[in-house]
Amino acid sequence: MRRRFFAYPYILWMLALILLPMAVIIFYAFTTGEAGGNRFTLSYIIKIFDMLNIRILLRSVWLSLLATAVCLVVAYPVAYILSRIPSRKTPFLYVLFVVPMWMNFLLRTYAWMILLDMNGLVNRFLVMLGFGRVQLMYNMSAVVFGMIYNFLPFMILPIYTMLLKIPAELVEAAQDLGADDGRVFWRVVFPLSLPGVVSGVTMVFIPGITTFAISRLLGGSQFMLFGDLIENQFILLQDWHFGSALSLMMMVLVFVCMAVSSGFDKETKGGALI
Amino acid sequence: MNLVKKAFLTFILVFLYAPIFVLIVYSFNESRSMAHWTGFSLQWYRALLQDTTIMSALLVTVSVAVVASLVSTVIGTFAAIGINVMTKKVRIAVEFITNIPVVNPDIVTGISLMLLFIFFRITLSYTTLLVSHITFCIPYVILSVMPKLSQMRDQTYEAALDLGATPLYAVYKVVLPEIKPGIMTGAILAFTLSLDDFVVSLFTRQGVQTLSTLIYSMARRGINPKINALSAMMFVAVLGLLLIVNLRTDRNS
Repeated sequence: MRRRFFAYPYILWMLALILLPMAVIIFYAFTTGEAGGNRFTLSYIIKIFDMLNIRILLRSVWLSLLATAVCLVVAYPVAYILSRIPSRKTPFLYVLFVVPMWMNFLLRTYAWMILLDMNGLVNRFLVMLGFGRVQLMYNMSAVVFGMIYNFLPFMILPIYTMLLKIPAELVEAAQDLGADDGRVFWRVVFPLSLPGVVSGVTMVFIPGITTFAISRLLGGSQFMLFGDLIENQFILLQDWHFGSALSLMMMVLVFVCMAVSSGFDKETKGGALI
Repeated sequence: MNLVKKAFLTFILVFLYAPIFVLIVYSFNESRSMAHWTGFSLQWYRALLQDTTIMSALLVTVSVAVVASLVSTVIGTFAAIGINVMTKKVRIAVEFITNIPVVNPDIVTGISLMLLFIFFRITLSYTTLLVSHITFCIPYVILSVMPKLSQMRDQTYEAALDLGATPLYAVYKVVLPEIKPGIMTGAILAFTLSLDDFVVSLFTRQGVQTLSTLIYSMARRGINPKINALSAMMFVAVLGLLLIVNLRTDRNS
């Protein structure tokens, strides 16, 4: 028996459960489900470009961009400070920052529902300060906030990993050559950490545009994102054809993002999770 | 570290942990409402343990995670051993397809599997859930094992064959011990991914609930103290698991 035969059970599994499902999505996206059998149609693909759907798509991209930007601005200093801690082992402080990543994201989102509720702690605090109660949930900021909270560790992790890889000699060399701290940072450290930044941006932006639970729980049903739109087609409307077309669109979107980012980042893929 | 940096890190840590702690504290609140603290009570934990829906969801989640991680580890490990000796062309193709579930958003993976089952008129059930979990776990096992295999020298396996070992025996005696750390990493990764999964589960099962899908449907109806109790227990479980894994790797290294 040759060794490659060991892979054959998996190859079968892969063809039946990875490749075939992709083919089925494409099949549903390009055929009509109306009576008369499965005929080829482009109507579902065209339907994606309805104003209504495009607005939802743009909203997802916009909210996700916002969340990504905030995550980056917050996470970079965190990662930078953590990477300066002199230690041979992974510092405990760093572990503290990535532990929330391991908690189920529904529970993390639910935790904010409790805080932002009309009777929640934040509102009671506002009342105590003499302000009235404010509806904090069911708006766009709540959704963005939920994304930031959920995805922040995913931004800290790759940037931290990349910063640690920068050889101390490079920084010392720059200092010896007379660069001040600001110059060392902007001319040496920051450019070298860019692959980490790019991988962090993809690790936040992509889950951001595909999420549906966060927007549903914190945004109610008014603030539909692209993920919600897809979920609705399958769970509520059972419109598998249009749902498939939307999924195809999302796949294309994600692959474009990956292609753009993989141009920069070759080293940090995967990274150490903890 | 100066004061400004300390204050900044503390602020972010508070932001990360405050919601979780509030949730845990309120899981011990006597009252149902989050508005007032009326006294310490374990009643939500009691209610949680007596809730048969939640308990059966827990059973489903854990059993799927155990079976899916075991099966995917076995299939994935053998797959990696096989892929490692394939010709370059085939290997690239197989690795490309293996990467699809890793790169694809969960929602697309979940939907593609759901559509496959619908297309072949397979009723969604516990079995389809399990098969789906195995499917998205295998690639992570392969990706964990492959680097260990490429570090290994090929001749040891050949030598074992020359000395009269059957291929299976040679794999068991020569290859497996060398790639064991990779297999363990893959198994743990598969287990946590399956345990934590929500999106794929949501689309590929019917009639049964996992903890995630149950929490989702409960949370959509608003705040429920039982979820607080459940969250608190899951948080402690996650911390415990992380501690064990870290201690293990510390001792190994």
